[in-house]
Amino acid sequence: MTNSNETIEPSPNDKAPEKKMQTQVTPSSLANVAGNRELRVPGTEMLGIGLETRGVHAWFGKKHVLSDVSLDFAAGTVTALIGPSGCGKSTFLRTLNRMHEFIPTAALAGQVLLDGRDIYAPGTDVTKIRLNVGMVFQKPNPFPSMTIGQNVLSGLKLAQIKRGNTDDLLESCLERAGLWSEVKDRLNEHGGALSGGQQQRLCIARSLAVEPQVLLMDEPCSALDPGSTFRIEQTISELAKTMTIVIVTHNMQQAARVSDYTAFFLSDGGPGMMVEVAPTSKIFSSPVDKRTEDYVTGRFG
Amino acid sequence: MTLTQPTVIPAPRELTTKPRRSDQVFRGIVTLGGMASLVILGLIALFLSLKGVHILKEEKFGFISTSKWEVITDDSGSIAESSFGIGAMLVGTFLCSLIAIIVGVPIAVLGALYLTFYAKGAAKKILVSLIDLMAAFPSLLYGFWGFFIFMSSAEYWAKLLNKYLGFIPFFKVPAPIFERSPFIAGLVLAIMIIPIVTSISREIFDQTPLDRIQAAYALGASKLAMIRAVVIPYGRGGVIGGAMLGLGRAMGETVAVYTVLNVVYQINWQVLFGAGGNVASLILLKFGEAGPYEVDALMAAGLILFILTLFVNAVADLLIHRFGGKGR
Amino acid sequence: MTLITIPEPQRPWETTMKQRASTASILVAAALISWILIEVTGLNGKAGYLTSFFLTSTILIFIQQFRLRDVAAAKDSLLGSFALLGMVITVIPIVSIVSTVVIKGYKGIHFGLFIHDMALNSVNDPINQGGLLHALVGTVIMVGGALIISFPIGALTALYLTEIRGRLSRPIKFLVQAMSGVPSIVAGLFILSSLVYPVTKSLSGLMGSFALSILMIPTIARTAEEMLRLIPHELREAGVALGGTQWRTVAGVILPAAKSGLVTAIILGMARIIGETAPLLLVSGGGDSLNLNPTSGAMGSLPYYIWKAFLTGGTDEAFARAWGGLLVLLAFIFILFGSARFISGRKVN
Repeated sequence: MTNSNETIEPSPNDKAPEKKMQTQVTPSSLANVAGNRELRVPGTEMLGIGLETRGVHAWFGKKHVLSDVSLDFAAGTVTALIGPSGCGKSTFLRTLNRMHEFIPTAALAGQVLLDGRDIYAPGTDVTKIRLNVGMVFQKPNPFPSMTIGQNVLSGLKLAQIKRGNTDDLLESCLERAGLWSEVKDRLNEHGGALSGGQQQRLCIARSLAVEPQVLLMDEPCSALDPGSTFRIEQTISELAKTMTIVIVTHNMQQAARVSDYTAFFLSDGGPGMMVEVAPTSKIFSSPVDKRTEDYVTGRFG
Repeated sequence: MTLTQPTVIPAPRELTTKPRRSDQVFRGIVTLGGMASLVILGLIALFLSLKGVHILKEEKFGFISTSKWEVITDDSGSIAESSFGIGAMLVGTFLCSLIAIIVGVPIAVLGALYLTFYAKGAAKKILVSLIDLMAAFPSLLYGFWGFFIFMSSAEYWAKLLNKYLGFIPFFKVPAPIFERSPFIAGLVLAIMIIPIVTSISREIFDQTPLDRIQAAYALGASKLAMIRAVVIPYGRGGVIGGAMLGLGRAMGETVAVYTVLNVVYQINWQVLFGAGGNVASLILLKFGEAGPYEVDALMAAGLILFILTLFVNAVADLLIHRFGGKGR
Repeated sequence: MTLITIPEPQRPWETTMKQRASTASILVAAALISWILIEVTGLNGKAGYLTSFFLTSTILIFIQQFRLRDVAAAKDSLLGSFALLGMVITVIPIVSIVSTVVIKGYKGIHFGLFIHDMALNSVNDPINQGGLLHALVGTVIMVGGALIISFPIGALTALYLTEIRGRLSRPIKFLVQAMSGVPSIVAGLFILSSLVYPVTKSLSGLMGSFALSILMIPTIARTAEEMLRLIPHELREAGVALGGTQWRTVAGVILPAAKSGLVTAIILGMARIIGETAPLLLVSGGGDSLNLNPTSGAMGSLPYYIWKAFLTGGTDEAFARAWGGLLVLLAFIFILFGSARFISGRKVN
């Protein structure tokens, strides 16, 4: 993944007007970037649990904010959700691990199936769902009252999971999050002493400790510098080998770099809808819907 | 491409705004008004000292440690002998406030947790208003209610405590008089401070940063686990500060204690037994009959009480502002 | 956009009827078990029953959660049970106090209460003789006097903290807080030592006002400060941008905008001191006859009236008088509180 050093040149095929000084991000160039990833064919590897949604709607009070989203996340894939601000991507993400219901006026319809079972079915244990579907937030939020080591293992303590040898788990989570070498001698320091990028990787390690099958990421790099962003994208690629990842991002290049599939969300003032979903290289090279094309070529958004 | 700095960087200009005359007057008046609290507190300390300091000089440390309070006048009405020591009343203040804190603070914190994390909608609004209203009830009302209504239930509990836990020295009684004891006064004080501590705790819990709460829930935490991991570490200092504010209130409480507690001038560690007092109720008790000399002693007692409550409130303020989250 | 039928919004995470029914059945079971426990063991009384009811239901819910889910959920249910207990224990005294005052005070009220004073009667006389006119008037006069002293000081303090925000802000804020912790009897002692003994050598309503204002100032200052903080900064900037001096901005823009907030501060300050007894017992004299002159002569007040009836009486009539006085006092507090709520509610809307 060394694409961040490439300069992206306008290609003769692009239809967007040329802009001076800016590296023009064109559909086909993003497609090139996306095409460099090995396309994972779902179903060929039995990797953990997949997530499916059927006709998901969401409301806040009377306001209909998300309409009829049916999207499948195959096991072991990385799916990016892109689209302009305010079109329901984050709301949709939160329906996947039942964080949506924390807002007092929230309501929803439709089904979210984890390994074939609706997570909203009556009698479902919400805490178990969240152990299986983890989340990393936009702003890093390690627990300030705990040390780095305690932060990583906090998920176990919170869910009252007893584990024999936590040292191995601690090391492997930090390793997978790409943070081990930087903090292995500092495990007893407080979480607040790290830089923004390190804190976010700490949060990733923390969510890994409870061994989720799916990891949801809500614009995880938007508050970080490019160097940290790059590291985290590397982490995402590694993690995708053993879990399903759904990432909301404003950054189309990021979507092109890390995801196998991309879903485009849009709102015309009403509820947000998913307009199109396709393998990432295809959505940037030959999107089906005109609105998708307008967005990925930069005509709006 | 590097940016070149200019060869000579000028010194920054001084920006001054001289306020106009009317503004100067305005600021002066407002500042004076703002200083009023300082002046008043200073005056309180001053006048109480002026009146009471000679008693303190006479009794020296014994004022605080001994427990005799008597004035013996000779036939002509002048003072023959006097001995003032508020030790017994300090013990009483301490005991009653301690009971108030031990009983009241846990209930208040639990109630605050309920209001912040469990109550919803109209029920929550009503409960919050109810508690605010309760904080406004006069202490006279609590004293009356405590004496006429609450006494019998509290007496019954005191008897139970004595029966089952009587092997602990605190809970023994020299004679089976359970009415009007420091225990009951402490319980009434507890009920009085619950609204204050609940309000402060609730405000602090409300300010717990949402992102940490969400992080905990996203990791599969139950409400209890989230509260232990996020809310308590965040609000601990502030809640303790709130408890100390309640303590200050309990220590200075006069009429409620006077009505409920059988004010007798003796040290009484056995809280279930019906006798005792605190400094404030002592002042009230003796005031009616006190001659000028004794009044000075009461002033000295008031000074001690003032310093004590000032100290407790100072610590409370420090805790709430330093450790109780931002924007209180 | 293809038209789709929009389904009904649902909230599948809320407690279902089934869950409610199961909780209800647990509570019924706990009630029964507690009743049996009461019969069998020596515990009696309402408190005994309620305690065993609480313990039984908590244990049962714990077991239910443990079997349905896991240990963590079971422990979580414990917190829920105890938090609710804390709330209930907090509310019970309020209900008891208010109902007691109403029930017992009702007997002490009669129409003549508001017309007569106690100059010719003793507290042990039958209720329909005498009244609390002197107490009512005394309270109004003394609270009014305290207000005249406290409002300017409290408002100026609040203005200093929000408008000037000088270097003394932190100490002043601390001092206001410290002042609110001064015991009421110390306030009385202070006025005695500073004004009564050296200067006037007599007790009066004015002394009462002074003592009360020490308790009122912090309440007004704190509430006024909170209300002034709610005024958006843009208003201040607009005033200054229009070329106004700071004092014109404050007088012409800020204060009018904060009007309802300041009224709320006044009302809450009044509610704070209207029931204060200890300082009045020391410095106001507590007369029995109507006295309209705050500067001379003992002045009665509602708290003093109540206190006198309780302490110097001893008969049922005297106690009924005291409760009647308490009912009047409580009614005032309710009215003050309601007005404060109403005013700040309107402002928010």
